[in-house]
Amino acid sequence: MSEKSEKKSFKQKMMSGQIWKSIWRHDFEDTGVNRGKVLRSNVFLHLHPIRVPKHAMKIRFTWCMGGITFFAFLVECITGILLMFYYHPTVDMAYLDMKYLMFDVPFGQILRNMHRWGAHLMVFSVMLHMLRVFLTASYKPPREFNWVVGVLLLTLTLLMSFTGYLLPWDQLAFWAITVGTNMGAATPFLGVEGPFSIATKFNDVRFVLLGGTTVGANALLRFYVLHVIAVPVVVCVFMAIHFWRIRKDGGISRPL
Amino acid sequence: MAEEITEKKPVKKTVPKKEKNPYVWPDLPFMELMCMIVVMLVLILWSLGMDAPLGEIATPSRTENPAKAPWYFIGLQEILVYFDPWYAGVVVPSIIIVGLMAIPYLDNNPKGVGEYNFSARKFAWINFLVGYAMWMVAIVVGQFMRGPSWFFFWPWEPWDPNIHHAEVLLKNIPFATGLISLVVYFALFYLLPIIFRTKIYKQLDFTRYFVLMTLMALMYAVPIKMVMRQVFHIRYVLVTPWFNI
Repeated sequence: MSEKSEKKSFKQKMMSGQIWKSIWRHDFEDTGVNRGKVLRSNVFLHLHPIRVPKHAMKIRFTWCMGGITFFAFLVECITGILLMFYYHPTVDMAYLDMKYLMFDVPFGQILRNMHRWGAHLMVFSVMLHMLRVFLTASYKPPREFNWVVGVLLLTLTLLMSFTGYLLPWDQLAFWAITVGTNMGAATPFLGVEGPFSIATKFNDVRFVLLGGTTVGANALLRFYVLHVIAVPVVVCVFMAIHFWRIRKDGGISRPL
Repeated sequence: MAEEITEKKPVKKTVPKKEKNPYVWPDLPFMELMCMIVVMLVLILWSLGMDAPLGEIATPSRTENPAKAPWYFIGLQEILVYFDPWYAGVVVPSIIIVGLMAIPYLDNNPKGVGEYNFSARKFAWINFLVGYAMWMVAIVVGQFMRGPSWFFFWPWEPWDPNIHHAEVLLKNIPFATGLISLVVYFALFYLLPIIFRTKIYKQLDFTRYFVLMTLMALMYAVPIKMVMRQVFHIRYVLVTPWFNI
């Protein structure tokens, strides 16, 4: 190749240089081997198989809902990190930070909107994903356990959304979380108002959730920590298992 | 390269060789990219057109009426009308989560994998869709048809508590009748499929059958309780000193 190098275009030079080759671990000639290498030698693409049944690429089969859920999660992470620069999880500051975001921070309003609507989208798409997986019987052996992981992820998605709901510290948030966590006090055995209670209001489920008996500063801090780090980390772990198991359990479901 | 070789081979006369699955690259990642772009556009337009709600600053001394949970939990809040908090808020969601997880271990019908096949899985489809629909209906009713003090309003009615029909007096079923009817209710679920020799009973072993029927009885108890309260004005089916159902 080097003999003919006088006529090489810039693109060709770049692509045969050491830097380029060190980044991409394959050639670009359109061969089956390279089509495989593109996927296997790229950390972001490597969850894909080399080949996939035709029906798996059809939107009318998958509805793309698992992918959209994952994408919504990424949007939530990015917008969430940006929002964290402007938000203090304290009773004095939280609501003011909302107003600050809405009226003063450049693009603050759309940032908050995208985080909020993205969360709705994620809950919605994960619900539809579950419906699709059920209707195509994709939970049947050997995929049973991945369905279980999926149900956990659905629950965790709802938890992420719920913990985020308190953070604006407005009336909607405060009373929604009050209603929600009062359920904790009604837990059988472990809630102070539940049947067969063995707890007091200072050590029952609601107290653990709120760090107090009512929604206050401790609850705001707890929900913040759960929302921005604790639950998302658990979600990441389960997502890794979920995606990995799709491949290990024989890829996307297909007719027998 | 492997492909070229197979192409040159003469095709077998008897059974046409199954076509190899297509390559993922570049078609599937391209479609994923398109999907991301579309979702991103939708999300941006949505965010430009509609602002996230923000109420007044949280004031613990001033109760919000109605205080609504976020929409995905509003189904649970809606069934609080029909059940006590320990059941509607704790037991029901726990049963739903455990019940969903149990599905692959209960359904031993091998048919229908990887296709939308209603006729091979009628029982599974119908019961799952009924449960799913109940969730959606509860969300819609809770979100759009519940006003102050959780009174029912049609979407076109103003939220005026005065226009509302007087509270009906609710009664409880006596303890013995309630207990017997509960036992009969569950017994029907366990026995009817056996009596009528249905497929479900023939297909499942004892444990699967028992767990499935228990979960089904619990699921259908929710709409039944709703009817009992709305139509027959019954508050509790079973009243005990410790809990009421």
